[in-house]
Order: sequence, then structure tokens, then C-alpha cells
Amino acid sequence: MAQTSQFCTFYLEKLLFGVELKSVQEVIRSLEMTRVPLAPTVVSGFINLRGQIVTAVDLRRRLELDPAPPGQLAMNVVVRSEDGAVSLLVDEIGDVLEVDQSTFELPPETLRGSVRGMILGVHKLNDRLMLVLDTEKACQMAQVAESTAAGG
Amino acid sequence: MIESDIVKDFLVESYENLDRLDRELVGLEKNPDDRDALASVFRTIHTIKGTCGFLGFNKLEAVAHVGENLLTRLRDRQLTLTPEVTTALLSMVDAVRQMLGQIEVARQEGERDDSVLIATLTRLLQPAAVRAQSEVFAAPGSAPEAVVFLKDVPLEGMPLNDVPLNIGDILMQRAGVTPAALLFAAEKQKEGDPRRIGEILVEQGAARPADVVEALRIQQSSRGIAVSDSTIRVDVGLLDKVMNLVGELVLTRNQVLQFANRIKDAEFLADCQRLNLITTELQEGIVKTRMQPIGNIWSHFPRTVRDVALGCAKEVAIEMEGKETELDKTIIEAIKDPLMHLVRNSVDHGIELPEDRVKAGKDRTGRLTLRAFHEGGQVNIEISDDGAGLNAERIRKKALERALITAEQASRMSEPEIFNLIFQPGFSTAEKVTNVSGRGVGMDVVKTNVEKIGGTVDVQSTLGLGTTVRVRIPLTLAIIPALIVTCGGDRYAIPQLNLLELVRLTGNQIRAGIEMVHGAPVHRLRGRLLPLVYLSRELKLAEDSSATERDGAVNIVVLHADGRQFGLVVEQIHDTEEIVVKPLRKQLKTVKIFAGSTIMGDGKVALILDVLGLAQRAGVVTENRSRVLNEKTTGAREPSGAAADKQAFLLFVGPGNSRMAIPVGTLERLEEFPVEQVEMSGSQWVTQYRGQILPLIRLNVVLEERRNRLRALQLPPTLDLGPIQVLVLHHDGRLSGLVVERILDIVEDRADVRSAATRPFILHSVVIGDRVTELLDVPAVLRGAEGNAVRPTPAMKAAEVAN
Repeated sequence: MAQTSQFCTFYLEKLLFGVELKSVQEVIRSLEMTRVPLAPTVVSGFINLRGQIVTAVDLRRRLELDPAPPGQLAMNVVVRSEDGAVSLLVDEIGDVLEVDQSTFELPPETLRGSVRGMILGVHKLNDRLMLVLDTEKACQMAQVAESTAAGG
Repeated sequence: MIESDIVKDFLVESYENLDRLDRELVGLEKNPDDRDALASVFRTIHTIKGTCGFLGFNKLEAVAHVGENLLTRLRDRQLTLTPEVTTALLSMVDAVRQMLGQIEVARQEGERDDSVLIATLTRLLQPAAVRAQSEVFAAPGSAPEAVVFLKDVPLEGMPLNDVPLNIGDILMQRAGVTPAALLFAAEKQKEGDPRRIGEILVEQGAARPADVVEALRIQQSSRGIAVSDSTIRVDVGLLDKVMNLVGELVLTRNQVLQFANRIKDAEFLADCQRLNLITTELQEGIVKTRMQPIGNIWSHFPRTVRDVALGCAKEVAIEMEGKETELDKTIIEAIKDPLMHLVRNSVDHGIELPEDRVKAGKDRTGRLTLRAFHEGGQVNIEISDDGAGLNAERIRKKALERALITAEQASRMSEPEIFNLIFQPGFSTAEKVTNVSGRGVGMDVVKTNVEKIGGTVDVQSTLGLGTTVRVRIPLTLAIIPALIVTCGGDRYAIPQLNLLELVRLTGNQIRAGIEMVHGAPVHRLRGRLLPLVYLSRELKLAEDSSATERDGAVNIVVLHADGRQFGLVVEQIHDTEEIVVKPLRKQLKTVKIFAGSTIMGDGKVALILDVLGLAQRAGVVTENRSRVLNEKTTGAREPSGAAADKQAFLLFVGPGNSRMAIPVGTLERLEEFPVEQVEMSGSQWVTQYRGQILPLIRLNVVLEERRNRLRALQLPPTLDLGPIQVLVLHHDGRLSGLVVERILDIVEDRADVRSAATRPFILHSVVIGDRVTELLDVPAVLRGAEGNAVRPTPAMKAAEVAN
């Protein structure tokens, strides 16, 4: 009896990521954001989600990927975290995939140190790899070192 | 199995009864002859015992029962109330409380062993104690028989207001029913007879029907004494839910109102108005339901004070003023522990031992006063003691030892600042931890908890006389009126609580209204210097602090925080709105400038500014402030009565670090010139100013001794001097500039304490702002100064006006 789990998937810089379906509250198109001055740089701003104020985290920044090409609107993957809902900004939403436990493997050594902490592992799908994102870690907004924050 | 609702009610009621017992026992200890108090205590314990029996909590019943016996002895004066007895009774209250806790969690009494407590209580009964009692209670856990109850409650001569609530007891007392008959009836019930005691007795012929009816009536009325208020118990969770809904309603109303402004339909507008009124009233009503008098938490303190005082062998009396002051329930919950800690602290560390107090000429009994009142939109809670006070030197030393401050800071700090060091983490944990003030709650935790709900705490003390800790907290948290402003294209909300007034500078006023003092921009507001903070700069949205003009005007929002005023320069000012405060995520709380966020009428999110955090960050509320700049405001205007006698003085630092002043009357402007702009005209320093040549009179030269003056005069301005601070004076139709070391402030003072001058060019010495200040003789200085002041020609005057 194979163990399967469901993942909500999305794309960032052509990479396929997945988060556990049960931690996802909803997925929604780009919403108007209010910037938060002096907040950690990974915080893009606040969005109004039906009366709930949700913090938006720039996942590209968080994973230390290049910034998105200008003019591209991000999609919101709203996840439940310890301290309330957080919206992860991603490029594109993928399908809900059901994956088998047997395809799971720990993250490769080649991943950079800081990012590695946020990837729980990899599922080897038929035609590609799905990186499993640690939702809690991704939602952490700890202040990036002052020197790297531009005017933050 | 008894329904959980009944058990829940039992628990709630019993906890309340126990709290009341705490208070009553402590009160009784002070007035042992208070019969009413004794009767009240008896009644309370009896009620608890009765209900326990009914619900089958036998262990609880057993403990309560022994306590009741003790009280009976007291009531019959067979026993006197000694501290030992009071302590034992209070221990019983604690034990009952613990058992209730167990019941709350596990729905049953659990495996407790209270034999020690029961033995102690039993021992305290006089030797005349009924031996049968001790025998019965030697095995706790066995249900006490009905026999014991009847035998041990002496009903003879019980005053009417001590009417017991058992029907059997009433019948015994008033209808002459014998204990034996009652016992028989009780036995029958135990065997399964479903009838009531009264019925069984009547059947046996042991009681008359009329007596039973009478007894029932008495029982009902005595129960009725337990207040049938016009109050109702409501689950707090339900109130929270309603509160949230009202919050959402307020937001939606805001949004509807926004639309209403656009639609010109009269009927629709009328409906919107109604909606507005109703929502406001509903909101006020809901807020009120959650308000509770602070007396609710204070009622626990007499017991705490008693226990702590006993523990440290001190004598302390507690007084409370303002018990009725109301606070929101969540705030009450949040400050309960901090206040408790402050009270314990006062008794433990503040108040001295009786012998020491007498030696110092004080009463043996220390006084602890709790005061609560509303002021300036906030609730103030003061905890004062007349104890030993804080020793600034010792605190300073300890702080240095623990490296909380540097030696340089230590030498600069004023006494109030030193006192506030006790709130630093790392300070309180160092104090001798007695088992009384332990529990890991230190002064720093008190401060953190108070600040978490948006409050402030500070301490004042006089060595040898006493200490006062003051906690200030906002009235409610959830829905507040706020001023909406714009900065950098985004909107921000400023709580009206901190708002004093709005100032708008246009045209010429912009340049004239903003002066520089020591590199910091200020605005003179009715004679006072108001430090300015540029919001765009604090939020790092713009780099320079140049006046942010919008539509040819500069908008300044005058705010106050922590007793200090400052002006916030913003781009635009909009309306005041009621906003719902949504707290920030834990992780974002470190951005001290923001107090929370809210959703505006158009659905966009806006951030709420934390005025105190903003002020601290901008440095207008610095740690190291001189007393001169200390303006005490709580949002109330200064009493104008004494204002007539006061004069405005400009304070500055003169040569040799001397404190000097001039009357503001002659002061034209405060200016700061970069050294490069100062030129030499002969031996006179001058600068170009508003189309004139302004002579700069160096005070250090004028006040210099005659023989050194000539040499000093020749000194040109050197680059290492930094920007020159100048008081531009208007005297005799001319403008002159007075060079000073440092401009301090403008204050109003009566300045009537004066003494003769000590050197030339000084009128006299006065006391301004509680410090000795030399009043400069301006005309003499101007006359004595070398150099030629240029009298303005009509052409120059015209040029100046045109600027």
C-alpha cells in the first residue's frame, strides 16, 4: 500500500516547487499590495484578503533567486503558518499533484546553504523534479543582514 | 454522571466564592470582632460544602467541612482568630482551589491526600473538639456520614441571618425535629427512597406539614438573599466574537460611507446616516460590555500582601483608590500579573522591616497605596509605597557592574533615567531572588507586558521616603479614531490619542517657520521649540530632510508621546476616521514605528504609526535629555492662570559652559551658519544675512578679561569650529548676531528668584527651569561690542521685504 501525499505546485524561475496541500488556504491572482517600509526585504507588503490582512513574502527573494522580469504579475499562494496566514508570491500556479512516498529523496548537496534549509526534499516525477518547500521556514521573515538590505 | 454545565457553573461560582473568602478572611484577621464578616465567611464555606456534597465531590466536602467546624468554634467564641488559624483557613481555601482545578481538568477529584491539612485544621480546634470528628476524618476519602453533619452544626441560638440551607437543619432548629428523626430520614433516602426529607419526616409524624412548608419558604428566601441581580453571565468567548463582528461592521460602514459621498440620492444618504449612528452606538455598547472595574484584580491583592508581608516579617497595610475605574477585559488580563509582581516587589523590597522603619521615624506599618484613574484618554495605575525608596547610586553601580551602561553614560544620566534602569533585562534577575518575588517575573517582564498592550511604565522615587510606579495604558485596543496622512504616496494612520494639533505653513512661512538648532529642524509654536521629524525620512522613503512641500504648503502634525511634543512633517493630511486595529504579525513587531495595520474604506491596507516608537527612533524622545528640554504634557493645555506672570526666555550655553538666557522679546531669529560663511571685517566677525552685513558678536570675547580681549578679538573663524550658532537680535533698529556655544530651548518661567550679578554684562542671576541662569544684559553687550553695526538704509529695507 503506497503512501501518497498531495501537493499544491507552483513555478518560480522555471523550477517546480510543491507545498503540502493541507497547509494551503487558497490560491489567488495578483492583489494590490501596500508596502511596509523598514520591514525585512523579503516582505513585499500587505494584502487585503476579504478583510484579513495577509503578509506577502517575495519567495524569489527568500530563495535567493533573481528578481522577476519587470511587468510580470505574481500569483499568491496563501499558506497557513504559525502566526497567521502568509501569501507566497510565485510566478505561476501548477496543478495539484499526488505523489508517492517512494519518489522522495533528500535535497542534493549542491543546493546553497541558506536555501537548503527551506527545501525538505525532492520528488522525482516522471519528467521532472518537484522541490518540496518547507512552508514554515519559507514564512520566516527574519531580518536579512543589514549590509545586504538596500536601504532597509 | 452530572451534566458538565452544572459542574461548570459550580466551578465558576466556587472560584468566586473562594476569592471572596480570601478577602473576607484577611479582613476578618484585621477585625476579629466583626460578627457580620464572620457570618459571611461561614456562609460562604457552608455554601461550598453543600454544593460539593450535592455533586459528590467528597474529598472537597471533607476539607470544607473541617473548615466550617473551625469557623463554628470561632463564632461561638470558643476559639480566637490567631494568625495561625487564619493561615490554616487560607491554606484550606488554596486546597479547595487546587481541587477545583483538578475537577476542571479531569472532571473528578483525583487522588489527593489532604490528611495533613485536615489534621492541622482539626488540631486547631480546641481540646473540646468532638473526638468523633477526628476519628471520622482519619480516613479521608470516605464519605462523611449524614450523622456527622447533624451532630456538628450546633443550631441552638443561631442568629437568623445564619440560616443554614439544608431543609433538615432548618426543621431541627425551628420545628423541633430531633436529630434522630432526621438521621432516620436521611438513611431512608440513602436506601433509595425517592422522596424529599420533608415528606419522609411528615410521614413519620416527626414534623408537621405546616412546619415543612415554612422551612421550605425560609430556605427559598435565604437562597434569594444570594443576589438576584439584573446581571447575567456571558461567556467571554462569545463577547469576543461579537466584538470582532462589530469591528467588521465598522469597516464595512466606512466603505459604505465612502460610496455615499459619491451618490447624491437623498434617501440613500439618510439611510447611511442612520447606519452610521447605529454602528457607532453599537460599538460603544459592545466596548462597554467588556469593561470591568479594576477592583476585580485588586481584590486579590490584600491576600497577597498579607502572605508576602508575613513571609518577610514586615507589616504592610494596603489602600486602594479608584477601584471602580474600568478597563477592557483583555487589558485587565494582560496587566494582572505585572501588577501583582509590582505589589509583591513593593512589599518585599520596598517597605523596610518594622524596626528599621521605627528607627527612621516612620510608622511600624508600611503603607502600600494603589491608585487608578482616567487621564488624557488613558488609564493610570499607580502603586506607591512609603518604603525605603530607590538608591540611585546603588542602581548606577549595579548597572555598571552588569555592563548595562558605560561609565560615560553613567556620569551623564539624570536620576529619573537611572531609576528606569531597573526595567532593563539583566538588572532585575540580579536582585536577590526571594521565594516571594521569584517565579521568573522581573521588572523587565513587567515593562514588556505593559508595552505589549501599548502602555508605558515609569518609576519615581525619593530615597528614604518611598517609590511610585506608574503604569499608563490605553482604554481600548480594537477600534480607535485616527488621522489619515499621506507620505511617499501611501497612506498612514495616526491614532488621535497622540494628536495635539495641525499646523500648515504656506509661502514665506515655510522658510521662516523652520529654524535649525544644532543641526536639527525645529518650528516655533507659540514660543516653544517643536522638534520636527520628517516622516518620509524616518520611513527611508526619501533621503534628505528638505521641507516636503505639496501644493506650496508644508503640513506638520503636532504629536505628543511620553510627555514630549514633536511635529511630524507629512505630505498630505486627510480626514479623521475610525479604524479597526489589526495587530502586526509577531515577526514584524520589531518594526517599532508601526502599531498595527488597518483596512481603509477603499479596501486598501494602511499602516498605523506607533507615535512613541516613531519618536524614539527619530531621537526626539531620547534617553539622555536635559531637564531644560523636559516639557511635561499629557495632552492638556498648561493652566493659563500663572502664565501672566511668566516670561519667555531663550536659554543657551555661553562661554565656559555657563548657562545663560535672554528675554525672548529681543530675539528675532535663531540661525546656524556654516563657518565658511563667516568673514572678518577688521577684527569683527560678520556674515552676509538677508541682504545685510550682520555683525557677529562673540560672547566669549566680550566676556573675556580686558587684557586678553584684544588678542581674542583678532582670532579669525577657523574651520574646526563647526557651524556657528547665532541669536539674531533686534535692538535699537539694528540687527546683530550673538554667537553662543549652544542654543538650548525657549522656556517660560517666572524667574523671580534672583541674585546680584557676578560679572560685567550680566544683569543678574535668576532661577529658570530650576537651575541657576545668568541673564545677559543685551544692551550692554551690544554697546560694548566692537565693530560697526550697519544701520539698514531704506533701500536695504525694501530689498528685505521683497525677499
